[in-house]
Amino acid sequence: MARIKLDGIAHAYLSHPRSDEDYALKPLHHVWEQGMAYALLGPSGCGKTTLLNIISGLVTPSEGRLFFDETDVTHLPTEQRNIAQVFQFPVIYDTMTVAQNLAFPLKNRKLPKPIIARRVAEIAAMLDLTRDLNRRARGLTADAKQKISLGRGLVRADVSAVLFDEPLTVIDPALKWELRSKLKAVHRALDLLMIYVTHDQIEALTFADKVVVMNEGRAVQIGTPEDLFERPEHTFVGYFIGSPGMNLMSAKVSGSRALVDGSELQLGSAYPSLATGGRVQVGVRPDYTSLTAGAGLPVQVRRIADLGRKRLAYVTLGSHQIVATVPPDMASVADQANVTFDPAHTHVYVDDIRVAGVAA
Amino acid sequence: MTEKPINNRAWLFTLPVLAFVLFSSIIPMMTVVNYSVQDTMGANHFFWNGAGWFRDLLNPSTEIGARFNDALFRTLAFSLTALLVEVPLGIAMALCIPRKGWVVGVSLVVMALPMLIPWNVVGTIWQIFTRADIGLFGAALTGLGINYNVTQNAVSAWITIVIIDVWHWTPLVILLSYAGLRAIPDAFYQAARIDGASRWAVFLNIELPKLQKVLVIAVLLRFMQTFMIYTEPVVVTGGGPGSATTFLSIDLVKIALGQVDLGNAAAMSLVYYLITLTVCWIFYTIMAQIERRRDA
Repeated sequence: MARIKLDGIAHAYLSHPRSDEDYALKPLHHVWEQGMAYALLGPSGCGKTTLLNIISGLVTPSEGRLFFDETDVTHLPTEQRNIAQVFQFPVIYDTMTVAQNLAFPLKNRKLPKPIIARRVAEIAAMLDLTRDLNRRARGLTADAKQKISLGRGLVRADVSAVLFDEPLTVIDPALKWELRSKLKAVHRALDLLMIYVTHDQIEALTFADKVVVMNEGRAVQIGTPEDLFERPEHTFVGYFIGSPGMNLMSAKVSGSRALVDGSELQLGSAYPSLATGGRVQVGVRPDYTSLTAGAGLPVQVRRIADLGRKRLAYVTLGSHQIVATVPPDMASVADQANVTFDPAHTHVYVDDIRVAGVAA
Repeated sequence: MTEKPINNRAWLFTLPVLAFVLFSSIIPMMTVVNYSVQDTMGANHFFWNGAGWFRDLLNPSTEIGARFNDALFRTLAFSLTALLVEVPLGIAMALCIPRKGWVVGVSLVVMALPMLIPWNVVGTIWQIFTRADIGLFGAALTGLGINYNVTQNAVSAWITIVIIDVWHWTPLVILLSYAGLRAIPDAFYQAARIDGASRWAVFLNIELPKLQKVLVIAVLLRFMQTFMIYTEPVVVTGGGPGSATTFLSIDLVKIALGQVDLGNAAAMSLVYYLITLTVCWIFYTIMAQIERRRDA
């Protein structure tokens, strides 16, 4: 039970990093609060596993310091850190039974037998493993094996945090839901700090209280799922979160108006003093971009995707390809149509960073 | 899927192999079988002897039976000793080789060198090496006041033959074990660190179980080679002192070519062959068993 503080943690796998590009993880300050569930979300190679391994001690950071509560653990080996980690592929000890597998971390720490037995029984019950406790772990299916891995991560009552490195990759989609909700329940029951690495946004958004979106070794936004959706702080968050991603259009912004390829659109706030010289873009999520028969900016409709619950129109606005929602009452869509953007959800980005406006 | 054409003429393609196996194995072996059931008074005149040679061979109270018994026991003891030293030593040394870096290549090549040396050369190297007058090893031990003499002292001779085999063939166990160790994903070691496992626990619970299959192969190969050991003792000790290092293969050659006792030699080589075959079959069964358990 602890809060974990990253103080300027950075890592390069090269011994003499020269440029920014050599860093797998760029300097990061963050505090992980006790009892919360975090997700580290980002594409492959963005540094999320590196960050996780730094916290667990499998990797020693090139720069910065790591604190568990007030203790500096930067150079402490994994064994002494009191941390649990579950890996992408199930790791089980072939020769042991399921119960012995679950007991292994406790046995290594020389806990008394009755306590071990009680913890193993509790965790097995949580993960539906009670029936298999006396079976050899080797013969089980991949998802049962991964449940054992999860169980070994959760069995220690005193851990500072449990880290998950894409633990559901090898699991069938149908079972994924079940295991994920099980993890959620375990999190609520055990009141642990959990950090969950994934590249699947749905997994991140459903599991976590707070999501850290990472790209190219940088944490680009840390926030609740709602923050990420409604107010992406970085264009990367805009198009990485949400399916499809945010519409981004280069624009000229003056006051509370933006000019996109000669068409003018209304913004929710005013931007009187935008830095000059930067690349200015406006971003609107497809959910707040609506196809209309009447007013709006003229667009070319390229195709319609019917998703069942809603329909999306892939349209061309000037030189931009964007996605708009087709209102349910619009029966047929002509090749030429108009779109409107919800001003309250239209954001302005300068060099990929969101700029807050002032009330117009 | 298209139907596979069935054409029995394809069997003709196997004819060259059949012919080769016929001349290299089957005909020589049937010749041995032929000798094992006949006796001769010389002049290439043979008569039927039935199972007589075998009956003598397997009866320890006969002269040949006692001789066979002793040689078999010696050979088994040698195989067992070599395995008991080479397998643990090979695993231990494989564990010492780092997982990456330039040291890996250097150590693997250096350790593989003994395996490249032909048996008789190995024998000659060690024969000179262990001589008490000019051999570095022998002279050093003698200088230290240790009673070491390969040609006169049975214990010295035995230990020397075992050391030669360990030196020559432990590298095989090292290479096989190292390959097996490298195949273990990093995640297992990381998980073990997270679980707080000691080095010994990692070895027992991760490395050893994952090495199981490789080790069965290593043990099989080492058993077969030590069970048929011939060249090194012949060159270094000549099977002596007395018959202390006269292993089955050496005794067989002595009977067949030294005494030209074809009936006894043929019966002995067939029994020798059957023992080897049985052991191989046992190993094969064990391997198949491991394979099945893995799939289950």
